[in-house]
Amino acid sequence: MSTSDAGASAVRPAAVTARGWGWRHAGRTVPAVHGLDLDIAPGERVLLLGPSGAGKSTLLHALAGVLGDEGDDADETGSLLIDGVAPRGRRGRAGLMQQDPETQVVLSRLGDDVAFGAENLAVPRDEIWRRVEEALDDVGLRSAGRAESAAGLPLDHPTSALSGGQKQRLALAGILAMRPGLILLDEPTANLDPAGVLEVRDAVGRCLDKTGATLVVVEHRVSVWKDLVDRIVVLQPGSGVLLDGPPDQVLAEARTMLIRAGVWVPGYVPETRPRAGSSTGRSTNTGQLLLAAEHVAVSRERPRRRGFRTIPPVPVQAGITAQVRAGQALTVTGPNGAGKSTLALTLAGLLPPVEGKVSAAVELSEGAGIDPFTWKARQLISRIGTVFQEPEHQFVTGRVLDELMFGPRHLGHGEERVDELLERLRLTHLVDANPYTLSGGEKRRLSVATVLAAHPRVLVLDEPTFGQDANTWAELASFLSELLDAGTSVVSVTHDEEFTAVLGGTELRLGPASRGGARQEAGAA
Amino acid sequence: MRDALTLSGNHALLTRANPLAKFGAVFLITLVLALSIDWVSASVALAAELALFPLAGLTLRLLWQRGWPLIIAAAVGGWSTAIVAADSGAVLLDVGIWSISEGSLELGLGFMLRGLAIALPAILLMTCTDPTDLADALAQKARLPHRFVLGTLAAMRLVGLLAEEWQTIGMARRARGVGSHGSPLQRLRATLGQGFGLLVQAIRRASRLAVTMEARGFGTGQRTWARESTYSLLDVWVVLGGVLIAAATVFAAAGMGTWNFVWR
Repeated sequence: MSTSDAGASAVRPAAVTARGWGWRHAGRTVPAVHGLDLDIAPGERVLLLGPSGAGKSTLLHALAGVLGDEGDDADETGSLLIDGVAPRGRRGRAGLMQQDPETQVVLSRLGDDVAFGAENLAVPRDEIWRRVEEALDDVGLRSAGRAESAAGLPLDHPTSALSGGQKQRLALAGILAMRPGLILLDEPTANLDPAGVLEVRDAVGRCLDKTGATLVVVEHRVSVWKDLVDRIVVLQPGSGVLLDGPPDQVLAEARTMLIRAGVWVPGYVPETRPRAGSSTGRSTNTGQLLLAAEHVAVSRERPRRRGFRTIPPVPVQAGITAQVRAGQALTVTGPNGAGKSTLALTLAGLLPPVEGKVSAAVELSEGAGIDPFTWKARQLISRIGTVFQEPEHQFVTGRVLDELMFGPRHLGHGEERVDELLERLRLTHLVDANPYTLSGGEKRRLSVATVLAAHPRVLVLDEPTFGQDANTWAELASFLSELLDAGTSVVSVTHDEEFTAVLGGTELRLGPASRGGARQEAGAA
Repeated sequence: MRDALTLSGNHALLTRANPLAKFGAVFLITLVLALSIDWVSASVALAAELALFPLAGLTLRLLWQRGWPLIIAAAVGGWSTAIVAADSGAVLLDVGIWSISEGSLELGLGFMLRGLAIALPAILLMTCTDPTDLADALAQKARLPHRFVLGTLAAMRLVGLLAEEWQTIGMARRARGVGSHGSPLQRLRATLGQGFGLLVQAIRRASRLAVTMEARGFGTGQRTWARESTYSLLDVWVVLGGVLIAAATVFAAAGMGTWNFVWR
């Protein structure tokens, strides 16, 4: 970027032109995008929709100039230009925000991180710090007047102590400090809780109003962005733009198609299977106590060694009492960092409680002992199954079928259930695929199926619906409601009220973290 | 673990010195100590280092918390030297093939003190140096390539995350039935599998971080620095302090006649 640009505080909105543009990633036979024709005028705000595999992320990465070079076996066709120039030569003209908040942070101090992009564009030092202050103010991380806890963070505030929503706003500030004419958001709120989603959405809105920059956002949840954008573009796998127009028009015209593609269309709740007896306990095996937590304090940290002494960890949450009953759902809710995931992991026998005790009823333990944490892994999986938020964490083989067979083979029984699970969760056509190569929804379904293959009586799920499209959501909710009716107990950590409504049961609401919320818990709980 | 990348409230004098000046001072002291095994030079250096604690914002408690493995290693090293070194002077203790004489005790003590005196400056340096400042100094003053320096700095943040991820993957795998029970071979296989899982996640994270950095214009030639790495009068004192401590150790040992080149 030239020095005259760097000095100017005004942003010149960027125009995007695509003419027959296509991109095939290295090592793939089918192009991710093919024959795309698209014009975005300076200052326009576009929501990009389409089924997974339509090449939305590929387009954003290309516009950000970060798609790999054509040389390494990738293939580019047609042209994609920002202000008439190829994006790769125009770093800083576009700013990209990705999904995972952890990898949006580059440096360990707040101010330094915002300054990073401006430094790379060779902006003079004084101007950098002016921009840093302004950008942090724009995203609401440093304005003292605001009535949120994050108000007025110092410039040397450690970035590791920020919540997911704050990290995404920090990323936005880092982008703004580059004064880009084009802001690209790739599912910026998929990993955030509802409060974080609004936080980020509102910050984006404020900044766009101020700078007038062009926006292209990819997101499943249309209702969040609908009022902020003035145009929706629907992409179709392999054939460019399917629909293009004002939000209301596109949503009306393509409603059925979008719903079929799993997009969260406003005002539409996917149909799910209702609970049979809801939570009245008509079924014979319903209501039996399987697992109980008494005055439990939880923490992810292990006791620490300080010289020769051992110091127990400070609990995130204490004094929790909960009961897990057969055929009933227990939903754990609460603000960020309240220790919801930590509690779930403690109930699931994966973390020892810091105080109090978790005890399994004889009905569940079947001779394995009272404390689930002391069970062997093999004993655990047939009793309590845990589905982690990130499916990849749980993959242990290189093939979908092996992945499903893993539990039953270890246990020595239950292999006959695998076919049914494959069928039920629509994974049959993927049996030979590598789990890591599946789509987000497929990974989620697989991770649920693998845990259920061991036939546990208690199922624990950590944010199972985070970032899922409407189709996967509906399948998951229906499947769980079926399991509940069959007598399985379902414990879920979730912010998703519609999901909770489908499952019924009781809610365990945790207050803010007992150590004052100074530190956010790892993961997104 | 993740807090280790900031100084978290340490405002001691030496935190304001340029990391390169501190490095220089530490290098001088360490170099001199590496030349001789004797208890005089080591104790002089050690005493001077202990006196510097408040300037670096380090306390004995903090030192024990962060450096206890080093301290124990130094003690064990000294003890074994005292036992196995060739005897000279009066024998103080004799148990079978092991014996401790005045000479070997002196050598062991020198060994232990020297270990401590060499380890301490590193701990002092870590306590009062912010990695970001260090990177700034290395790129701006020492003229190391900024792509390399900043890339390493950003990667170090991920290392902290990986420690948490290791724990999460461990739990996630236990939930799949991969346990830390069984024969050593089974446990080794479980650990290798967990390591593979971590590797996959590390690569994913690293490539996403690389995209983030690239999208912010990283690596496109000329860049400016928001934080200027500067030398001040304080840095002169820091280097001078290093020279003084190094000189004092040599003169004290030479004066006492204990100087003892390692290669002799």
